[in-house]
Amino acid sequence: MKAIRAQLRLRAQRQTKLMRALRKSLELKSRVNRTADIRQGDILAFTTLRNELVRLPYFLDYYRAQGVGHFLMVDNASDDGTTEYLEGQKDVSLWVTGASYKQSCFGVDWLNHLQWRYGAGHWTLVVDVDEFLVYPFCDTRPLHALTDWLESQGRKSFSAMLLDMYPKGPVTAQPYCSGQNPFEIARWFDACNYSLKRNGKLQNLWIQGGVRARAFHGARPEQAPALNQTPLVDWARKYAYVSSTHMLLPRGLNKVYDDSGGEQASGVLMHAKFLDTIVAKAREELARGQHYAGSREYAAYDRGLQDQGDLWCDFSTEYINWRQLEILGLMSKGDWA
Amino acid sequence: MSTDPHPTPAPQSGPLGIVMLCHTALHRAAQVAQFWLAANCPVVIHVDRAVGAAQMDAFKQALGPHPLLRFSTRFRCEWGTWPIVAATQAASEQMLNEFAQVEHVLLTSGSCIPLRPADELAEWLEQRRDVDFIESVSIGHAPWIKGGLSEERFTLYFPFSWKQRKWAFDLLVNIQRRFGIRRDVPRPLQPHMGSQWWCLSRKTLQGILNHPKRARYDRYFKGTWIPDESYFQTMVRMVSDRIESRSLTLVKFDRNGRPNLFYDDHLQLLRRSDCFVARKLWPDAQGLYDFFLSGQIMRETPIDPQPAKIDRYFELAAKQRSDGRAGLYMQSRFPLDDSINAKTAAPYSVFCGFQQLFRNFDFWLGNAANCRVHGHLFAPEKAEFYGGAKVYHGAISNSAALRDYNQRMFLANLIWATRGERQCFSYNSRDKMTPDLNWFMATDRNAQISVISGCFILPLFRGDYKVDDVLGHIGWLQRREQEFIAILQSKWTSADIRVWTLAEFLQDPQRFLSETVRAAFPDAQLAENDLPQIGSLDGFEDYLTHLRNLGLPPVLLQDYKR
Repeated sequence: MKAIRAQLRLRAQRQTKLMRALRKSLELKSRVNRTADIRQGDILAFTTLRNELVRLPYFLDYYRAQGVGHFLMVDNASDDGTTEYLEGQKDVSLWVTGASYKQSCFGVDWLNHLQWRYGAGHWTLVVDVDEFLVYPFCDTRPLHALTDWLESQGRKSFSAMLLDMYPKGPVTAQPYCSGQNPFEIARWFDACNYSLKRNGKLQNLWIQGGVRARAFHGARPEQAPALNQTPLVDWARKYAYVSSTHMLLPRGLNKVYDDSGGEQASGVLMHAKFLDTIVAKAREELARGQHYAGSREYAAYDRGLQDQGDLWCDFSTEYINWRQLEILGLMSKGDWA
Repeated sequence: MSTDPHPTPAPQSGPLGIVMLCHTALHRAAQVAQFWLAANCPVVIHVDRAVGAAQMDAFKQALGPHPLLRFSTRFRCEWGTWPIVAATQAASEQMLNEFAQVEHVLLTSGSCIPLRPADELAEWLEQRRDVDFIESVSIGHAPWIKGGLSEERFTLYFPFSWKQRKWAFDLLVNIQRRFGIRRDVPRPLQPHMGSQWWCLSRKTLQGILNHPKRARYDRYFKGTWIPDESYFQTMVRMVSDRIESRSLTLVKFDRNGRPNLFYDDHLQLLRRSDCFVARKLWPDAQGLYDFFLSGQIMRETPIDPQPAKIDRYFELAAKQRSDGRAGLYMQSRFPLDDSINAKTAAPYSVFCGFQQLFRNFDFWLGNAANCRVHGHLFAPEKAEFYGGAKVYHGAISNSAALRDYNQRMFLANLIWATRGERQCFSYNSRDKMTPDLNWFMATDRNAQISVISGCFILPLFRGDYKVDDVLGHIGWLQRREQEFIAILQSKWTSADIRVWTLAEFLQDPQRFLSETVRAAFPDAQLAENDLPQIGSLDGFEDYLTHLRNLGLPPVLLQDYKR
């Protein structure tokens, strides 16, 4: 009886989320819609962004090379030319909105709607412009190989934990140039300081830690940002992201891990947040106050990056390739050999 | 038996005939068929009836007319059902009837690929003219099946489609099991199973197809489950006397019984396997198709297939999926408490009381065992890493708050990040001891926990404290230590546990200490390094008496007599 009630509550939560997405979709204005070009079987990328012009060329090329067929993007009031740049890209459909990022659950509502509208029947990838997917064999097999295989295994979702990358020395020391691989600068990461807990209600794992916990949340670890992500999903209209891409409904989609000792296949979202661009970004976002929990994360960066400058430590690990991440246990190829 | 529709004399062909069963990725099937045709091997193709007319036309067009090419009667083949066998029979009959020179018939699928030149295979078979290559395993013996039904494939009824009515399929299987409903295997059939993909000699294949009781057996097999893995495998036992029970087609199945796919990065692995045919390729594995269909050079000496290496490769992957890496907690491996034995990646040692009893115990142990010994990793102020490091391997911070946010993960991370170097640390009741952490270590078979109880008093005894000031504190420490020991002495532990009271330990400290250290470090240099000194215990007995008289229950110290 209790189980049924819990099920009903989850269903209600999911439907509320979907209704909310529909309502919030009124805030979106289509700027250029090329969704007619989407072919059957295309992998679609969904992104919300604001003033990211400098990052876009590398971002788009990275995912094009992996085999993403179309990009559906929501531009939240950029004023640096992002909008115009994206309009000129042949595989991008663009929506713009001046509405509040915070009020739309940090973009989740907008993207839930676009996924509902265009994503059903496709594998969808929800990533920010500073997140780069690394999956097993990504150097030799396109993303389609992965999604084909996941489908053959009956899997609907694929997890990729967020891995914060950082440079050695002050973040401002090496300026990022447009088109450059950000991981030429932010080449380092924390290999083994992650905390995992299981969220009983939605069955997802709650992962925190990494450099952000180490450098900014040493005193209040519970406030460290969540790193668990499920960005790649074989989308259906009944699905909805609950908060960022950390959790999904129906909750079965969150069960991306094996709980009897085995390893499921998983990837990593390499996070190129800590570049010189973050200082300006932190200032701007602090002023706008549009981020999670009163933008306290950005407040911490603003303080932390000024005090310490360097996120690097003696036991930081330098990135080589996906095999390294798999040996370190940050991701797994499972039985995809 | 179908009749030859061609009035012209049968075309000249090589001795190897290829039967191809196709249903998807027809453009790839066409490429492979052309490869065989170019090598003068006749090809009979069965295309699933579910394939639409347009696709079929495009396929035929891509292949074009060829004197050695035939298309066989089309069936609708659903996975695990009889029509797959019927299609194979029909195509094989056509092959034998229309191409008189064919001595061996190789059954392949549209997503198989030849790994070696066709001539190499033909020549290899030429030297084994009467041999039949078909994996045929008696169901009584090897556990050939991965998941699902084994012997019951032959003895139950399967009227429902597994794909379309899975619930009805499962229900009926359970009902039959429950009520013991069985159908008899017609004698003298001896059920055998094996890979669907075989290579049979003309004589054997004819023997099967023209068997006097074939109609009876066909009827029986129509009712079994997955007959494509048992029909030929069983029938061959009645007509052939030279069976090599192995398939010439390399297939690796995963835990769900699906064939593993091959990708471009498997090229070297496939090449070195020296197998003749591999299944199944990812249709977009362009590199593999380019390489293997481009006409490799035929080698002089005949080489046997060597699938061992590729077997090993996929076995390792299967093991990673089913067992995972011990002690790893990550986004896609998060074992529940009771599902694993080893909770951490490697053995480690926990010392309780040693640091208090002996002078510079950590320094001494580090020298004796040649390792880096931590202080109190769970000290209230911070994690006392070796050398007072602020950050340790894996970028683990010494922050007490971060550590205590998830103590298990702190410990599991440290052990994972330092695999290859045994971790040793002190732990006592002054530390951030929580039941969760205590249970975690006590039930971890990698943990070696050695406790000298009561030692927590020594720093207070040696320090300059008024007894009345610390009495409450001592009581608190003692209670925590007792709770810890109660866990260690419960029946659910799997760690290597030693517990002494201080009095017991002092009876022969040398022996107890060296035993403990040797259990962790068999090579420890204990002779060359003198045992660490025990700090002065003068007046300790009086101190304990005093505590007792002040009202402290001296649970673990009552036997202390010096």
